Amino acid sequence: MIPAAFDYVRAGSAAEAIATLATHGDEAKLLAGGHSLIPLMRFRLARPAVVVDIGRLEGLSYIRDEGDHVAIGALTRHRDVETSDLVAARAGLLGEVTSHVGDPQVRHRGTIGGAVAHGDPASDIPSALIALGATLMAAGPQGSREISVDDFFSGFLETALADDEMLTEVRIPAADGARWGFEKFNRRAQDWAIVGVSAVVRAAGDVGVGLVNMHSTPVRAAAVESAVAGGASAAEAAEMAAEGCEPTEDLNASVEYRQHLARVLTRRALEAAGL
Amino acid sequence: MEISVTINGTSHTHDVEPRTLLVHYIRDVVGLTGTNIGCDTSSCGACTIHVNGESVKSCTVFAVQADGEDLLTIEGLADGDTLHPMQESFRQCHALQCGYCTPGMVMAAVSYLNENPDPSEREVRLGLEGNLCRCTGYHNIVKAVLHCAAGGEQ
Repeated sequence: MIPAAFDYVRAGSAAEAIATLATHGDEAKLLAGGHSLIPLMRFRLARPAVVVDIGRLEGLSYIRDEGDHVAIGALTRHRDVETSDLVAARAGLLGEVTSHVGDPQVRHRGTIGGAVAHGDPASDIPSALIALGATLMAAGPQGSREISVDDFFSGFLETALADDEMLTEVRIPAADGARWGFEKFNRRAQDWAIVGVSAVVRAAGDVGVGLVNMHSTPVRAAAVESAVAGGASAAEAAEMAAEGCEPTEDLNASVEYRQHLARVLTRRALEAAGL
Repeated sequence: MEISVTINGTSHTHDVEPRTLLVHYIRDVVGLTGTNIGCDTSSCGACTIHVNGESVKSCTVFAVQADGEDLLTIEGLADGDTLHPMQESFRQCHALQCGYCTPGMVMAAVSYLNENPDPSEREVRLGLEGNLCRCTGYHNIVKAVLHCAAGGEQ
């Protein structure tokens, strides 16, 4: 399968990439590692007229300790997040979840920024960012702004990024000493999760829970978090896991089955996190 | 757009359409057909090559993205008539049936052992999760990778 023809622009700087986006509006797409965009283009589900390659930009691939948070450049590859000692020490959930993305070949090319900006509800990484309460940095013609992960995912494959904005950094609040659990249910190795759950327990009553493939967007299990804050056990809180979610039905699972999986996997993830 | 890549130590310069996938470039333009196309959906790993020493699915990369990079395909793995230790281990352990997945399996396995030289059997299975064998011949493939990690020849 061959993608539709497009004009290729290799951006020499973030500013040049943003300017190109500003010129072409929603006709243009950013290309980082390409492991979300190219599959869509091969099926011609995406047919951007202009592809702006930011894969070679210097200075957007890093993992830094910023004291109260870990800063990860948008072009940082999954492999580098997965193997980072800093991520393991201060945001362990993200390292674990990243090690379940795709397969080794995918993790050699795919980037954290690309996975997040794609806005796929079936992607694992957003669930960890929701659980950990991440902040996303976006750069546009008017400068930079912060977007809370809770405001970032706006619809199916849609995000709060404007057509002329580029995700530049993911900030994870330091979660030293936190315990976490990640549960991913699929039928075959390397498949997308039918349902997945990221959970982090920061302190008594303070948990974060993000769900994979339970809604049109990556979604927070807010009812579970409130229940735990109110003193519920893992099993009691997990009963609320599907509340407020509108999962879809597909070949793999009915709506009811996804709701069931969310409850079971949330209990397991919370228990793995020591709740 | 003109690109220059090094493949198996030889540099190549060609004018390619931006939408040309790297695997099509390698097979149809450069003429190295050892790299197979299996699924075209980033699932099967038959098209696995190395980009700067790491395994990559060449059906999920545009040729223009590989401009200036150092590529290794299955044709470049052996040293003349001497098979690479992974190829030799595949031969000794009968790690292929129809052979279609083999180039990708070997390239993925070499990259994996570079990252984890002494894996457990379970780690090998996880390390090769991006490669499908439609003959379901996984058992001997895993055996071959462990054999290679243990030093090969017996």
